[in-house]
Amino acid sequence: MSTLGFVMLVHTALDRAEQVARHWTAAGCPVVIHVDRKVPRSVYEAFVRSCSNDPKILFSERHVCNWGGWGIVAATQSAAHMLLQRFPDVRHVYLASGACLPLRPVPELIDYLAARPRTDFIESATTKDVTWPVGGLDHERFTLRFPFSWRKQRKLFDAYVRFQRRIGTERKIPDGLVPHMGSQWWCLTRRTLSAILEDPNRPIYDRYFRRVWIPDESYFQTLARRYSTDIESRSLTLSKFDFQGKPHIFYDDHLHLLRRSDCFVARKIWRDADRLYQTFLNDQAATLKPAEPNPSKIDRVFTKAVERRTRGRDGLYMQSRFPRHGCENRLTSGPYSVFQGFSEMFEDFEPWLAKVTGMRVHGHLFAPDRVAFAGGVAVMNGGLTNHVGLRDYNPTAFLSNLIWNTRGERQCFQYGPGDNQDINWFLARDINAQISVVTGAWAVPLFRSGRSFSEIRSEAARLQRIETEQLEILRSTWTKARVRIWTMAEFVEAPMEPIRTVIDEILPTNSPPLSQAPRPVDLSGFGKFLQNLKNQGMHPYLMGDYPVEDHNEPAPRPILKPYLVH
Amino acid sequence: MRLRRKRRVYRCLLKSRELSIVRDRTKTIQPDDILLVSTVRNEKIRLPYFLRYYRKLGINHFLFIDNDSDDGTPEYLSAQPDVSLWTTSHSYKRATFGVDWVNYLLRRYAHGHWVLTVDPDEFFVYPFCDTRPIRALTDWLDNTGVRSFGAMLIDVYPKGPLTEEPYREGQDPLEIASWFDSGNYTITRNPIYGNLWIQGGPRCRVFFGDNPGKAPALNKIPLVRWNRRYTYVSSTHALLPRGLNLVYDDNGGEKSSGVLLHAKLIDTFPAKAKEELTRAQHYGASAEYKAYARHLTDAPTFWCEWSEKYINWRQLEILGLMSKGNWA
Repeated sequence: MSTLGFVMLVHTALDRAEQVARHWTAAGCPVVIHVDRKVPRSVYEAFVRSCSNDPKILFSERHVCNWGGWGIVAATQSAAHMLLQRFPDVRHVYLASGACLPLRPVPELIDYLAARPRTDFIESATTKDVTWPVGGLDHERFTLRFPFSWRKQRKLFDAYVRFQRRIGTERKIPDGLVPHMGSQWWCLTRRTLSAILEDPNRPIYDRYFRRVWIPDESYFQTLARRYSTDIESRSLTLSKFDFQGKPHIFYDDHLHLLRRSDCFVARKIWRDADRLYQTFLNDQAATLKPAEPNPSKIDRVFTKAVERRTRGRDGLYMQSRFPRHGCENRLTSGPYSVFQGFSEMFEDFEPWLAKVTGMRVHGHLFAPDRVAFAGGVAVMNGGLTNHVGLRDYNPTAFLSNLIWNTRGERQCFQYGPGDNQDINWFLARDINAQISVVTGAWAVPLFRSGRSFSEIRSEAARLQRIETEQLEILRSTWTKARVRIWTMAEFVEAPMEPIRTVIDEILPTNSPPLSQAPRPVDLSGFGKFLQNLKNQGMHPYLMGDYPVEDHNEPAPRPILKPYLVH
Repeated sequence: MRLRRKRRVYRCLLKSRELSIVRDRTKTIQPDDILLVSTVRNEKIRLPYFLRYYRKLGINHFLFIDNDSDDGTPEYLSAQPDVSLWTTSHSYKRATFGVDWVNYLLRRYAHGHWVLTVDPDEFFVYPFCDTRPIRALTDWLDNTGVRSFGAMLIDVYPKGPLTEEPYREGQDPLEIASWFDSGNYTITRNPIYGNLWIQGGPRCRVFFGDNPGKAPALNKIPLVRWNRRYTYVSSTHALLPRGLNLVYDDNGGEKSSGVLLHAKLIDTFPAKAKEELTRAQHYGASAEYKAYARHLTDAPTFWCEWSEKYINWRQLEILGLMSKGNWA
């Protein structure tokens, strides 16, 4: 007779439970099965009949098991009691469910436990040290009462919790108990388990735990701390939980992961995972050397799943991730740069920037008449077209799509008050945006346009109004983008300073210094042009204190010759 | 909203009189069977592969509504062992574009079942669909307490002109139309029903550049654990009660979702577009088909150099068109 016995809690997929139970008894281990009282009598009896030819499978007294209720503990108690009584050779009791599947040959588990005869494998941590996933209730599980079902009477449950908080209910925890919680699936020694079951104070503890929430995760975990001399606080059962505290399920395609985990038992297995049952229940070659369970690979897969479900991929807007305002984490998937006023100040800013940084440099993506993709292409990554109507239909989606579609490659684009302004708040709130503005530079193309002065005047007034509004947004307290703003007058003083700051931030730290400067536009006469606007009653203030006369020629002059930045 | 839902229920009961049963095998439906409901019209050429595809996924019973086909569709369908068939020659448009008929069948036969509502040119793809049958998905949804599962339409198209390679009966349409647009979709939230309104893709790119507001909606919620109180509101874009439309996370996380590969744009399409134009039975005064017919005369190709070639669901998940969510 084996020194290892199993307690199996079953409520569904009885055929699978039988398969696994027979696998264990074939290795000599007795199994006591508890079938949920909610399973209809006829089904139960058929199940008992079909197992009746195996003397090592016994059935214990049935209890009604509701999630988070006392029934599961009661069921475990009576089944464990029966196992200890009827099979006196059993030294370790392993608690399993009907959806558990042994991953390694049973003799390996028996040997493993025989080598650790006094060790109790039970995950058990104090409430202070762990945050458990569901409901936000940690310590309160032990100090409030929970007469209502969390699944079926959620409103009553929540209301009663609120009520108790308000009136300050604090249940007294029985003397000598320190609340601990942990995985429901444990493997205890006969010594510890019988101490728990035969404790003279058991009625007191049972009465207390009957009103604790989810006692199956705390009853044995707490009491084992009281009696055990050697607790190994981990579960031998591989069992992963999602962010709502529901167990992850294993399928056929997890076969290799499960095999490499070296865990003894896994749950929960999907009932139709034929290949898993087929593989792990037929005699497998024993592993060559006795390995310690190592679930870290599987852990990674499921941790990633939880992260994907709770945080998602930054900058992705799709059918099952559409964050409301403020919940986006990051508005776009990667950093990008917005330049305003630069291509107005230089003849060849875009090609120069592309050459210096090696990044994709677009023109004015949001211009009213065209979408100036880099290289003048009509379609970009992901099938994004240069159609103005499609862009303006949802400009922020256009931008977030562009950044998402070009993941891994930084995008730069030109922007200005002449462009579609609907993306301003999006840009400002996006931590990935690097926005550099030379205010008032929009006047340069006007100055060089040679259009009639009255036209220029009204256009200048319009652009100045728009840029002022935009600057207000960029300077607001909600702005998360890295914004740098220079007036045109400041910029003209020493144009390479700002450019170098901006580009140093984009380029990797150890890239060579800039060896070439972009070619500035000829601004002679611009001061007079501004004065003319003033004389016409329009006050251009965004350029800063731009000198009227070009007498200090040397100021813009240095940028005329190639500029070397060390 | 309750009134709207009641109205839909009332309409579906009213319109159920237009349906006459041709082949009734609904007695064979088992309590946990997964069902599929579809409305067809002259789609016989597509049906053999359609049935093969969904049988392989694990659909147990098919409920078809045939709207006045004359190409042998009803004969073909009634000979299938797992198909129940209804027929009607009434107006598709006046049955709210078929929704009333579908709602009736769902109400009558799908109560308590997981049911997939798709058109014969839509192919359901979900996370792990290459290794796990659809029951793995529905069991998992049951387990996590989810009642509805979203799957947006992704139009697939061939590389050359539509009519270049003809579709053979029984063929996998993805062999011909294996390209799709990966990153030009726009989304807004519909404040009335709480669902997302997704537009974009190749049809929008080629046909609706000047009028994107009229571009077809691509959001769909085809897989639902049905209850007789539920109704579809417009096609399978939205449901009532509204909670069923929350197939997306608005907190920054990703729920799990699938995709309906929409193999409409193959060589049968131009003829279909012309026919539908004369019948004027489609949504928005068939504006969609009008736009198509206008462009189709100048034989468009949907393919562009940034089109993606369809490989599998993992590709779609990496591109961000669908998500595993917390199903692992």
